[in-house]
Amino acid sequence: MKKANRGNLPALIFLFLLLFLWQLGAMRVNAAYILPTPVQILQRLWELREPLFTVHLPATMAVTGIGLLISIGLGLALAVAMDWSPLLQKCLYPVVVASQTIPTTAIAPLFVLWFGYGIWSKVLVTVLITFFPITITVCDGFRSAKVEMSELLATYGATKWDIFLKIKIPCALPYFFSAIKMAIPMSIIGAAIGEWLGSQSGLGYFSRRMMTQLDGAGVFAPIVLLSAAAMLVVALVGLLENKVVKWRGES
Amino acid sequence: MSLLEFDHVSYQYPGEKFNIVDDLSFSVEQGSFHCIIGISGCGKSTIFRMTNGLLKPKSGSIYVGGRSIVEQKHYCGYMPQKDLLFPWRTVGENLALPLEIMGGRSRAEQRDLIDDALADVGLEGCRDKRPEELSGGMRQRAAFARTMLTGSDLLLLDEPFSALDFLTRISMQEWLLKQWEKHQKTILFITHDVEEAIFLSGSVLAVTKTPIHTLTEIPVPAEYPRTRECLTRPEMVSLRENLIDVLRKQVQP
Repeated sequence: MKKANRGNLPALIFLFLLLFLWQLGAMRVNAAYILPTPVQILQRLWELREPLFTVHLPATMAVTGIGLLISIGLGLALAVAMDWSPLLQKCLYPVVVASQTIPTTAIAPLFVLWFGYGIWSKVLVTVLITFFPITITVCDGFRSAKVEMSELLATYGATKWDIFLKIKIPCALPYFFSAIKMAIPMSIIGAAIGEWLGSQSGLGYFSRRMMTQLDGAGVFAPIVLLSAAAMLVVALVGLLENKVVKWRGES
Repeated sequence: MSLLEFDHVSYQYPGEKFNIVDDLSFSVEQGSFHCIIGISGCGKSTIFRMTNGLLKPKSGSIYVGGRSIVEQKHYCGYMPQKDLLFPWRTVGENLALPLEIMGGRSRAEQRDLIDDALADVGLEGCRDKRPEELSGGMRQRAAFARTMLTGSDLLLLDEPFSALDFLTRISMQEWLLKQWEKHQKTILFITHDVEEAIFLSGSVLAVTKTPIHTLTEIPVPAEYPRTRECLTRPEMVSLRENLIDVLRKQVQP
């Protein structure tokens, strides 16, 4: 533990150095409406704590949570389907990749027209951005299962289902956690983009409203909150991962 | 009585022009210990993979205990070169794999069988350890215990000791002979180590040509139980040199 902390010290110094440079630069430019200093952002975050924490953070987290859950469900279902049948893989893979070439920000206004200003247009943006890394990473996890292991179980008389349960799932588990850790920040970005484009609440929406008021610090304050939320959730997933996956790193 | 019988069996890998195993017939007596020896890539593993059902012969039939393997399950225990202990399972859970898949036993029964099997291979108290905590020789013994738990009379061991260092390997060979004498199993053992083949086998089955038409049976002039001293006897030394000669002719440097 002590060792880990000592390793963190240079990183912290580096971080503070960057913030310090930002502070100096921003003070020199002296135009808070386009480049606020870190101190100004923190001040603004404190002033706006009431609406940010009680209205907009919960709204964004709701979109993120629902979007992430749907993405995990969809991503896993696609990965299992593609692993189960080579034919399905051939059919689905191009569609999955094509879905990622959609410039989401460009057509998200259409989602608002289709699903209205409610939560679902934002969830759709989130899912569209998030499910892809889950599908691809978990699919790779299934593929990482060694053929020799499956063959060994086959000589015991194992069915395809046995092999899936006893080899594929354990092999894919570390990949699944990596996928989730990637998906969390992406789902938060997705939710913020969705809100930015059309919404009545949420951190993305709030950031945009501050933009129209030329309040630079007010634009950044919700963004700081988004980053903090993402880091917190990723750290929690990391803890869970350490509990569940004990064999990673063993050759 | 012959336990395993190959009846005019051929196999051709997809994309190859010739049969790697061609019209092969041989049989193995109940309770015997044979090593199949041949140069790398000669197709000796193909014989195993057909016996355990991973490959389907192009023609011919394979019988175990007098019945075709097509209509049987759980008739042989297969142990590949790598120990293939699953790193996400403890040693005990690894041993449970064949029992879980065959089904029909309660948790408590499984646990008893696993404890017995571990004690049998000298790994008492390792049930809750992770495979990475075991040494190479211990891992192979755990993998052997797992193979024994398939409950089959016929054991197919595919170069199980080839990845071990020399000293561990020779003690594992002695250990394996003891296990065989104790459990009265029929063992087929693939190796390309001539000394290992002579030390272990009642008679060596040599692959003298690829594609495999026949296995040349060469009896080993030594009685069980054996110690490594028997390898220094003149007739054993000359057998070893003969075998090396036969095999070397096939190797193109």
